[in-house]
Amino acid sequence: MACSATAQIIQPLSINSARSVDNSDACAKILNPSSFLVSTPRINKKLFSVNKSISPFARRSATVFAVSSDVVKEKKLKSNSSLSNLLITKEEGLELYEDMYLGRAFEDMCAQMYYRGKMFGFVHLYNGQEAVSTGFIKLLKKEDCVVSTYRDHVHSLSKGVPAREVMGELFGKTTGCCRGQGGSMHMFSKEHNVLGGFAFIGEGIPVATGAAFTSKYKREVLKEDCDEVTLAFFGDGTCNNGQFFECLNMAALWKLPIVFVVENNLWAIGMSHLRATSDPQIWKKGPAFGMPGVHVDGMDVLKVREVAKEAIGRARRGEGPTLVECETYRFRGHSLADPDELRDPAEKAHYATRDPITALKKYMAENKLAAEAELKVIEKKIDELVEDAVEFADKSPVPARSQLLENVFADPRGFGIGPDGKYRCEDPKFTQGTAHV
Amino acid sequence: MAAMLQAIGVASPSVAFSDHYNKSSVSSIRSFPVIRSGLRSISGSGHGSFKPGKVITKATATQTEKSASTTSKPGHELLLFEALREGLEEEMDRDPRVCVFGEDVGHYGGSYKVTKGLAEKYGDLRVLDTPIAENSFTGMGVGAAMTGLRPVIEGMNMGFLLLAFNQISDNCGMLHYTSGGQFTIPTVIRGPGGVGRQLGAEHSQRLESYFQSIPGIQLVACSTVYNAKGLMKAAIRSENPVVLFEHVLLYNLKERIPDEEYVLSLEEAEMVRPGEHITILTYSRMRYHVMQAAKTLVNKGYDPEVIDIRSLKPFDLYTIGNSVKKTHRVLIVEECMRTGGIGASLTAAINENFHDYLDAPIVCLSSQDVPTPYAGTLEEWTVVQPAQIVAAVEQLCQ
Repeated sequence: MACSATAQIIQPLSINSARSVDNSDACAKILNPSSFLVSTPRINKKLFSVNKSISPFARRSATVFAVSSDVVKEKKLKSNSSLSNLLITKEEGLELYEDMYLGRAFEDMCAQMYYRGKMFGFVHLYNGQEAVSTGFIKLLKKEDCVVSTYRDHVHSLSKGVPAREVMGELFGKTTGCCRGQGGSMHMFSKEHNVLGGFAFIGEGIPVATGAAFTSKYKREVLKEDCDEVTLAFFGDGTCNNGQFFECLNMAALWKLPIVFVVENNLWAIGMSHLRATSDPQIWKKGPAFGMPGVHVDGMDVLKVREVAKEAIGRARRGEGPTLVECETYRFRGHSLADPDELRDPAEKAHYATRDPITALKKYMAENKLAAEAELKVIEKKIDELVEDAVEFADKSPVPARSQLLENVFADPRGFGIGPDGKYRCEDPKFTQGTAHV
Repeated sequence: MAAMLQAIGVASPSVAFSDHYNKSSVSSIRSFPVIRSGLRSISGSGHGSFKPGKVITKATATQTEKSASTTSKPGHELLLFEALREGLEEEMDRDPRVCVFGEDVGHYGGSYKVTKGLAEKYGDLRVLDTPIAENSFTGMGVGAAMTGLRPVIEGMNMGFLLLAFNQISDNCGMLHYTSGGQFTIPTVIRGPGGVGRQLGAEHSQRLESYFQSIPGIQLVACSTVYNAKGLMKAAIRSENPVVLFEHVLLYNLKERIPDEEYVLSLEEAEMVRPGEHITILTYSRMRYHVMQAAKTLVNKGYDPEVIDIRSLKPFDLYTIGNSVKKTHRVLIVEECMRTGGIGASLTAAINENFHDYLDAPIVCLSSQDVPTPYAGTLEEWTVVQPAQIVAAVEQLCQ
């Protein structure tokens, strides 16, 4: 585990060192198409030679193609930064730990509650990917926006939505952040600028692009002081979807303040990324549209955080979007209904050893940032918080019938004029009735 | 509406127009006292819609000649696409958060010139030329609306919005609800649709009804210069997502509209011609076919009440209901497809609410369930023509 990351060269993972290609000078070649053509065929051939059971390990090797922009390259960190020049302070470390632990504890509790019949439907858990959410979202301000997919509980929690509200939403109660109307896949919070929560993959990326557009509009048309940034989180499966490419184009074209964060956990339900994608290296798709494509180890919160700082900084300064591919892994199935039989147990075991929470804990211990006891205090606090959230959600009321039609229209005159000449919404009971044309 | 009534005095369509279906009615118009609203403009464009090519320009030219003599009247005269632009411009002046997204809306001025000149006035960011990515720029509009802007999204042709259906249905329509009311999506999605002049199947789609079932959006269709501007302004000011259907063949309608600012209601229907014998419900371009047929019917001694429903979702059941209660007979004339069309929903709604008042089953004349053919003759038979309307009324009123 290497927590001493530099922003420019991401150390190759040590699994298949035999397959790692020495590309230490790859970073020097920025956005040079010919260098890609030279270097990739070797990798591709290797991939296809591992035919039937394509081990995902195969591609985990040399990913030092961290093609970064000039801006990222300029940031020079000392290579032996672990001792004299730590990446985080103690407070930051504790904050990161607490956030990741909250994500994990919350999701584990969700699983429990689901199997106890307290929540239903499709519930997608984030276990294992906490480093990405914490690494990015903890760098944001409250006004910055986050757009996610159906795997959105932890993004909402990291952004600041109270655990009570998220749990309430999952239980389908009125105290949920969306009044029980959204559910697991539709977490929204106006206060914390969580713009959803989308069930169809790719759907949220244009929404995120729009939020970034608003930020630019406020600055350039309304002449407001606005440097809000938007983060769009989505998975590897989404990267084969048209909306992804369309938005990469528009964001780069207009230099929108957005960061596209790919949570590449290698699996789209049961479809391996390698079976679905002609060129599995997603970060390379950024330069094709004129933005930097960065690849980072998504199981390491500190590495993610360093890359995130650069990407978010770029966006804030008005330099445009960045595509960040985070290699990560989900410890559970796609959803709680997924038997998760396709994934190789060896692969799962391997990633379990790279648990981001354990890794951070180890880093903090090694660098004397926090004692075991302090972390235990945090863990206890979070456990209690999650318990409290469950209790709160349990005791909350279910929505009444009158809530049924309440939020269909922002302006309820949209329900039209009834036969009696009055707007239907003028009848105080109309929300519990039947929607009429 | 005062502008409409003034038309009576000037209701003199030039005899240069060849009325396809009813040569005799041309002269009778002058003697007819009570025709309201767009009869003058009907004669302008109605003919244009039957014959390809040159007649439309002739119509406009003649209108101009007529209007030259009426400069003393208040208000100002303009074409429908100019009225849409005027409405849009007024709203953009009034609220700096109103912006436009679409293909070729900026430098090109819009394929139907609705946004002409706006990019020069407001800048490239406020009148945004988008790449050809309907689903994504519609979604971008949703995201912008959620974070405070008020985008007007133009589909170059409403058919292109089928590519944006994901965003329109799932996000425009649903997000206010699934977010528990936290986010509003005050977007306007607008563009021309309907059967044009041999534009081919994909550019001639009548797809209002495809959007009908989406909860959370409102559908309106404009048909006159007056209501185009009013509905455009209302749609922009509305907090709900509104889909505004324009029609390719109506962009060159000319009419005099008030100088004063006015905003129409999105949910109300428009009484075009009051009558006693039968209620004819219509919208968009079919309004003109209906009024064409009305001339004939009046000559034959019928007194049809014509209502332009304007609001395709929700229906204005008050205006419609009052009419049904008066006439007891309903004919729906629409350009939408027969199956699952707006007319189908309207028939159901009227049957449900006003069954007791009906003396005869509701008749619904819709366009054929066929991809619009290219050939001119086939295209003509695809949509409802005035002769069919006349026949249907005669049958209903037996």
